[in-house]
Amino acid sequence: MEGNASGHRGALGHLRICDLSGQLAGAGATRFLAAFGAQVVRIEDPVTLGLWDIVRQMPPLIDGDRTHDGGSGFLNHNVEKLGITLNLRTERGKELLRDLVRVSDAVTENFAAGVMERLGFGYEDLKALKPDIVYVSNCGFGHTGPYSRFKSWGPIAQAVSGMTFQSGLPDREPAGWGYSYMDHTGAYMMGIALLSALYHRARTGEGQWVDLSCTEAGASLNGPAILDATVNGRPLRRPGMPNSNRSASPAMAPHGVYPAAEDDAWLVLACRDDDDWARLAPVLGLDEPGWSSSAGRLADQDRLDASLAAWTRSRPRDAAVAAVRGAGVPVAPVLRPSERSEEPSNLAWGLWPTAVHARHGARRVDGVPVHLSATDWRIERAGPMLGQDNERVLCGLLGVSADELEELRATGVI
Amino acid sequence: MGPLAGTRVVEIAHERVAWAGKLLAELGADVVVVEPPGGSVQRSYGPFVDDVPDPERSLWWWHYHTSKQGVVLDLTTPEGRAGLHRLVATADVVLEGEVPGTFAVTGHDRLVHCSVTPFGSDDPRSVEPSVDLTILAAGPVWMCGYDDHSLPPVRGGGNQGFHTASHFAVMGVLTALLAREVTGAGQHVDVSAFAAANVTTEVGTYGWLIAGMEVFRQTGRHAGATLSMPTQLRCADGRYVNSGLVPRSGKDFSLMLQWLDSTGFGQEFPLRFLMELGTEKGIIKGADFLEDPMLQEIVASARELQAFLAERLSAYEFFRTAQQHGVTAGVIYSPEEVLEDPHFVARGWPVRVEHEELGRTVTYPGQPYRFTATPWELRSRAPRIGEHQHLVGEA
Repeated sequence: MEGNASGHRGALGHLRICDLSGQLAGAGATRFLAAFGAQVVRIEDPVTLGLWDIVRQMPPLIDGDRTHDGGSGFLNHNVEKLGITLNLRTERGKELLRDLVRVSDAVTENFAAGVMERLGFGYEDLKALKPDIVYVSNCGFGHTGPYSRFKSWGPIAQAVSGMTFQSGLPDREPAGWGYSYMDHTGAYMMGIALLSALYHRARTGEGQWVDLSCTEAGASLNGPAILDATVNGRPLRRPGMPNSNRSASPAMAPHGVYPAAEDDAWLVLACRDDDDWARLAPVLGLDEPGWSSSAGRLADQDRLDASLAAWTRSRPRDAAVAAVRGAGVPVAPVLRPSERSEEPSNLAWGLWPTAVHARHGARRVDGVPVHLSATDWRIERAGPMLGQDNERVLCGLLGVSADELEELRATGVI
Repeated sequence: MGPLAGTRVVEIAHERVAWAGKLLAELGADVVVVEPPGGSVQRSYGPFVDDVPDPERSLWWWHYHTSKQGVVLDLTTPEGRAGLHRLVATADVVLEGEVPGTFAVTGHDRLVHCSVTPFGSDDPRSVEPSVDLTILAAGPVWMCGYDDHSLPPVRGGGNQGFHTASHFAVMGVLTALLAREVTGAGQHVDVSAFAAANVTTEVGTYGWLIAGMEVFRQTGRHAGATLSMPTQLRCADGRYVNSGLVPRSGKDFSLMLQWLDSTGFGQEFPLRFLMELGTEKGIIKGADFLEDPMLQEIVASARELQAFLAERLSAYEFFRTAQQHGVTAGVIYSPEEVLEDPHFVARGWPVRVEHEELGRTVTYPGQPYRFTATPWELRSRAPRIGEHQHLVGEA
């Protein structure tokens, strides 16, 4: 039994992941592998209806489905994964998990630190079952240190890592991130850790444990700002900063988000150098001599931005974008979700594949922004209903008989 | 040695792949970054050491090119292209930031050739001018900003559009390397930075695609279809915290009361009796909440408690004392402030790097993940222009 939930094998069809992770910080990592053909078996708790993973039932709901199979996020984050239930409070449930680990290449989890050890499934336990197992943990603060018991979700990791602070306009509270950037990015880092540990294992036969702290992962994303502090003694927390619609590294002016004529419509534009400005200035009808040099524009950004905004505000968004694009200057409209879902480049990429959900039918979901020329991804099945693949995995992979499957259901093991 | 030890990567210097190359290098790959004569344009990106602009003093270059080796090749000349050809002949991976063909990379059967472009290698718009801001505009920017919509939406700082594209580039390269272990063949890894930003907006995309819900920006919290309650509080020291969510179960209320009492302000909080009522409640569900005015007052008292403590505690003390009592909250640090945080220090996160050329030792950001068998390692400072030219070899 190989390949993802649709039977696609792609690049990673030879790998199987025993996946105890969920929500977005974990599920977003194994999603990538499943799309490329890895067999990802998600294990959920039948007693709590899998609701440790809060996105199972979190709005927006699919067609108003208020059950544990109604969360649109779960449908999206778990495409091409197999879903089984195991009650790990029972000895038989634990046995079946051990059986699955024995035939898996990797185990993934993103519980709070210590949970897996208390269940008897820490790295040392699983290594005893399968010496070359790759085991990747992802939690808010990592498994060691004074905050290892602290709780976290995306916005908390963003706050503590510096990611929230660095997003905002001057002299205001932080704007932060309008979504869990660090759940996504923690998941990408987890995917990198998982794939590179699997690559090492493929070449050497050696497994290992990886401890990923989402907060540390986030803190690694502000390098130039951190070096400005450690080298030049200039902290980002200073008057007038941050102003993340501007760009200090690299230094560019103008660089910003400007209003268009329509209500709540915006465009972005940036001049990378004096040549960009020389082409843009005639379009705008601006010929201030002091602005011909980058230094002059950087020193006068408030006036510069006001002049640009006066020009953009008097034009429809798309007309303003077209005029600036004609000058060969970086520009883009700020698109709403409804717009980018129909955006031509995204459609040409195949960015919104259709995945079929067992109850809710065909839905467009997030695709993958990477195409491999020989062994590409494919997404056809949506996230599993709770326990949807119990028979397929328990009988087809772990050798449970049809009779025993009935018994496991009757006794609450699955 | 990292998990990618022995893997050879040629990175043609470009802002879109600098982070991908650094991630691979610190996982143990041998990464050679190829610059044009005079050095990469990235060396002109500030800030600079002591604010002195100089190709060897760019803190952008310092950060994004640690653990790599550097060579100079003029790819507009036959000699330069021959040098690149020799490097690629023994490489496992090529990383480039333009559409394939731009730099005349000649591949071989086992080569994993990764290009990171604005819209993908087949899209004609990938040759149009592009910066981090234009990549993020069609996706993340719409969702970030303030409740006041007369203010513009906000681009999160730090060139995260490049980072997200690089994260997918590294996952794509590793996937292709794992496939090569089975097939023996390399392939092209085509990354669209725009697509990467578009699938990195959580409910922004699937809320619309699956449920037809359009979101709008809100101060310091998730964009949503309806206005939600604020989650940021200004504390006694003028700094902010993310206050976390309001309690939903009796146990949640108990933990908050224990937190309150631990601060010594327990008897001064005027709505204490409502919090105590909360400890007797089970899970508070949305439907109950809307029908029961007393429940609304109880939940409001928890918000009052957060505000009450914010007025009396520094942001750090708010965070530390809340979390020590099982209440989720986060101090909103400026990026450099993590370097002094006791947890980051205890885990050895800040890394000291020798800059013998300036006689300085500099503290850098540390590891995103901890491998027990094959440790992550920041191996060296970024290369000076042409510092490892011998790697190009002889024609």
